[in-house]
Amino acid sequence: MKFKRSMLGIPYVVFLVIFVLLPLAVVFVFAFTDGSGRFTFQNFLGFFRSSRTIATLVYSLFVALVTTVICLLIAYPTAMALARSGFRRKNILLLMAIVPMWINFTLRVTALKEVLDAIEGNLAYHPFLNTIIGQVYDFLPFMILPLFNVLDEMDVSLIEAGRDLGADRRSLFFSVILPLSKPGIMSGITMVFLPAMTNYVVLDMLYNSTYIMGSLIGSYFNAYDWHNGSMISAILLLIIVLFSMLEKKGAAR
Amino acid sequence: MKRKRTAPVIWLVIVYCFLYLPIVLLTVYSFTSASMIGQRGHFSLKNFRTLFLTPDLRGMIIGTLVLALVVGILSTILGTFGAIGAFYSRRKSRMVIELMNQIPVVNADVVTGFSMCILLVVVLGVNKDTYIPLVAGQMALCTPFVYLQVMPALSQMDPDMYEAALDLYCSPREAIFKVVLRKLAPSIGSGFFTAVTLSMDDYFVTTYTKPAVFDTISTYTVNATKGAQTEIKTALWALSALIFFIAIAVVVIANAKGKEEAE
Repeated sequence: MKFKRSMLGIPYVVFLVIFVLLPLAVVFVFAFTDGSGRFTFQNFLGFFRSSRTIATLVYSLFVALVTTVICLLIAYPTAMALARSGFRRKNILLLMAIVPMWINFTLRVTALKEVLDAIEGNLAYHPFLNTIIGQVYDFLPFMILPLFNVLDEMDVSLIEAGRDLGADRRSLFFSVILPLSKPGIMSGITMVFLPAMTNYVVLDMLYNSTYIMGSLIGSYFNAYDWHNGSMISAILLLIIVLFSMLEKKGAAR
Repeated sequence: MKRKRTAPVIWLVIVYCFLYLPIVLLTVYSFTSASMIGQRGHFSLKNFRTLFLTPDLRGMIIGTLVLALVVGILSTILGTFGAIGAFYSRRKSRMVIELMNQIPVVNADVVTGFSMCILLVVVLGVNKDTYIPLVAGQMALCTPFVYLQVMPALSQMDPDMYEAALDLYCSPREAIFKVVLRKLAPSIGSGFFTAVTLSMDDYFVTTYTKPAVFDTISTYTVNATKGAQTEIKTALWALSALIFFIAIAVVVIANAKGKEEAE
């Protein structure tokens, strides 16, 4: 057989099928079967009938939304200041925004926990506030990076054109800069919203209890309840697919 | 006009304080005998001593590093050849590969880890103690990012280079290894770096697939926050101080190199 370069990809394709597609297929099968392997809707209905799981879903969506919005509000001016202010050491400053990502996130959250402990005395007094602080602290760099990339590469002549045409600073921002930075906003939102909905470790570490979708999987895992755990995974997958499709639509417009 | 220049600077200072203050404080306190931030204490290296002399702690650090290295190397090889293969495949097959590659990127790590555990451990009965579920799971997490780093470099490469090498009597194998891979080296390097960082940062895939006796920094730290001895807790401060110093060293070196290249 003659060598073709496309053959080099065969091992990776095999790997993807076995270790990415197959596990997800199995999860869907488990989600709709019971312990003896019979098809059932019980897990599915159980999820929507239980007020505990529904409340968890709603709460995680809410936490993720608040986290994303706050990250965006902090990261946008930050990325803008980094990209526009013409610091000589722009790259070093950007690197400094990324360095926290290299430090193991559990150790970073430990650091935050110790500081919050010292300030508040007891973390249980402000559970929601601490949740949001923890999540924002963990995910902020992931929002700064994509925003910096679009703002830094933005064509300055477009902004100058706007200014020449008489736009004041306000309308310059809202009708030129903001629309042009939409791809960065979109990828920042994806990088923060979905993890904020599922990453339960941040909250788990701040004070040993959580109501995040991911932690449901964790508790079913600990109880060896594969079928209900799979149902949560399947529901999360559907949310993720839905979200990605929305994001694509938003970015294309 | 003055407001325009100082406002962004003040904002940056506030944001960087938020990002760095906890780590810096913890680093400072890791050199003291205090067991809480804000507590009085004297200078002490006992945390570092505990970190290196406690077998448990030493084991999990070495375990994390070895695992990250193994996963990094395997993911880099798999992802690099995967990207080359996909790049030279027909449009349709490339799109299918691209789509599959995207799944672990957008998927929640909890789901990636849980589904890996269901397939390998529950359905196929693979023993977690073989480390196969752990390595395969982390590879599924890391390889797509290697692929994404290598792909743009491939499209920027001169498409005739491979053919030119063949015309100069290189075997396809030599053309790939001596010409193509060498040209891709920088992005393969950054792909490897990404894979190693992802592996070291991972908590979810690790918890669902690791052998019971094995711990990485992530899983160990999470367990330690649920009531570990004070000695262990503060030894972990020393660990984050150490990692912080390494990260800063990388930045300083990168800065020096960047300056050199600029000159």
